Amino acid sequence: MNSASEAADEKPSLAVWKFASCDGCQLSLLDCEDELLAVAGRLEIAYFPEASSGMLDGPYDISLVEGSITTPHDLERIKDIRAQSGVLITIGACATSGGIQALRNGADIEEFIGIVYANPEFISTLATSTPISDHVKVDFELRGCPIDRWQLVEVIVAHLAGRPSRIPTTSVCMQCKARGNPCVMVAHGTPCLGPVTQGGCNALCPAYNRGCYGCFGPMESPNTAALAEQFVHLGLRDDAIARMFRSYAGWAEPFKQEADRWDAS
Amino acid sequence: MGRIMTDGTVEKSTSDNVEKSTSDNVELHVPVLARVEGEGAMHVKVVDGEVTDIRLEIYEPPRFFEAFLRGRDYTEPVDITARICGICPVAYQMSSAHAIERLCGVQVGGSIRELRRLLYCGEWIESHVLHIGFLHAPDFLGYDSGIAIAADHPKIVESILTLKKTGNDIVELLGGRPIHPVNVRLGGFYRSPSRTELGTLVGPLMAARETCEELVRWTAGFDFPDLEQDYEFVSLRHPEEYPFNEGRIVSNKGLDIDASEFEEHSREQHVAHSTSLHSTLVDRGWYHVGPLARYANNFDLLTPGIQELAREVGLGPVVSNPFKSIVVRGLETLYAIDEALRIIGSYTPPTEPFVEVPPRAGIGWAATEAPRGLLYHRYEIDEQGRILTAQIVPPTAQNQPTIESDLRRFVTDNLHLDQDELQLRCEQSIRNYDPCISCSTHFLKLTVEHQ
Repeated sequence: MNSASEAADEKPSLAVWKFASCDGCQLSLLDCEDELLAVAGRLEIAYFPEASSGMLDGPYDISLVEGSITTPHDLERIKDIRAQSGVLITIGACATSGGIQALRNGADIEEFIGIVYANPEFISTLATSTPISDHVKVDFELRGCPIDRWQLVEVIVAHLAGRPSRIPTTSVCMQCKARGNPCVMVAHGTPCLGPVTQGGCNALCPAYNRGCYGCFGPMESPNTAALAEQFVHLGLRDDAIARMFRSYAGWAEPFKQEADRWDAS
Repeated sequence: MGRIMTDGTVEKSTSDNVEKSTSDNVELHVPVLARVEGEGAMHVKVVDGEVTDIRLEIYEPPRFFEAFLRGRDYTEPVDITARICGICPVAYQMSSAHAIERLCGVQVGGSIRELRRLLYCGEWIESHVLHIGFLHAPDFLGYDSGIAIAADHPKIVESILTLKKTGNDIVELLGGRPIHPVNVRLGGFYRSPSRTELGTLVGPLMAARETCEELVRWTAGFDFPDLEQDYEFVSLRHPEEYPFNEGRIVSNKGLDIDASEFEEHSREQHVAHSTSLHSTLVDRGWYHVGPLARYANNFDLLTPGIQELAREVGLGPVVSNPFKSIVVRGLETLYAIDEALRIIGSYTPPTEPFVEVPPRAGIGWAATEAPRGLLYHRYEIDEQGRILTAQIVPPTAQNQPTIESDLRRFVTDNLHLDQDELQLRCEQSIRNYDPCISCSTHFLKLTVEHQ
């Protein structure tokens, strides 16, 4: 392999890494059909195995990291990637909060392996699925299951321009109002995590007559307890409230605590 | 779109490189397979001219979906299982919805059924075109990536991106976003689109039609390595339509079963080198799912125009060379475009976007056609709708033994090739199946153990 910095030709080099995940967040880059070739023109795509068999050695100026840490091997790999990366940006719910596979956390992992695999001795896994920031320093976290591809372009472009990226940390409610959606909870009595979930999706679910299911994870300082009380008034059972908080970003601390509270009640 | 000749790097072995070819002992190891979804590696060992070891290694970390689905609500697999695969979430949404609706005794018809087919059209277009242009074509043309092709042939790659976008636009309009759509639910959709909204897709689809025909002709001109096997092709078969969501599971060798019988006929093995499980058919062995299988079992259900195009580019009603799957993916893309146009043209919005699906205790099964092949789901729920067990058999788990069989055959027949060339061709033969390793990892309850 040649070194990414040698071949960089003054363009910043980009690497895309995968841990436990569905591939959807890195696929978002290839889904930027109108921008892909322009972005590729501004960057040296040095390591992106899903898209290219050309793989250059590090160091890399920008690393995008998808997926959560779930194996002993990956625990070591992420440290190595951190050491080779100038800027490390995590993309998506798995990388930023452990993802849907964090539903294993707290369960009996030996039993889980037994349910899926006949020969547990072939399987090497950790008992938990954890976000990248639990293990190494992360420079920016991009939320979503999956991420929003326009936010991804914004983060990359902002980095290239040397300015902070404009990624709001306010709730889905803000975007819902801006979009002119009627409130699904007020108008239809539909349980919605929008008031405690970080925006970024442009209030997608309410625009499709459904309640937000929290895939961008908790906003800054969310009042989850007040919202959960509202769910009680809407007729949700305790276990249903726990499940709502314990899904795609269920291992993020505010959602985890709220889910635990309704499990215990 | 013009035709590109393959460059020197992918030409067949000549007398020059036979010199440096590898006599009788070869060891190929590719630690990170590129241009596939997910994490895999390939290992091939040849001793004294005999292939002694062939492994498509899958080291994608296990995620345990079947385990953590237990205890969740029966309405949730539609969203949760979508997260198994970012490239074919619609397939997971459709297989889970159909299995659970069947369990609850609900059959969805009319405009809602049509909208589901339309959604699948969108996924086939975006997934197939991504594979054709970005994952597979670079092998035939001697490039590292689709982006690298664009440096020399920007117009071709731009037209491929526009075609791919047309598929994503369908999924986005109908589902809310191209990856993990939010608008699918048991019984149908949260919101159904208006005629006007769907009408915005017609122009791009008409343009996509033309691009796609050129794409089929372009890929048909590639140089295809020789490899034909007598595959058992397994796919859905519906009496009236090229299959997406419904039909019996059939093969070209006489298999003809309902989805509820699938597990009786299939066996999964857990082998040391893979976190995916290997599937075979009882008394039948390895089999082939995906575009070549659907095409072989349903050629008569393609439109006459597509059948004619297939003949024009030299394909019969059965294609047994997996390297040519790139052309068949193009023909299926064309079918998805035509089908989308048909559905939009005759669309009347349903009175309600979904039908109610009340829970009842029982077991439900379904198989639908993901872009890369048959995707089977089974769920068992209690009377409250709590999930008791879940089983998922993704297409790549089914194709894994077939991929290894292709590799074995290809290496045995091509030991004269230069080692770099042999390795490249082996990687390409894996990519023939558009393997989705994220999907294939961590599924089934096993019935047979590998010693």
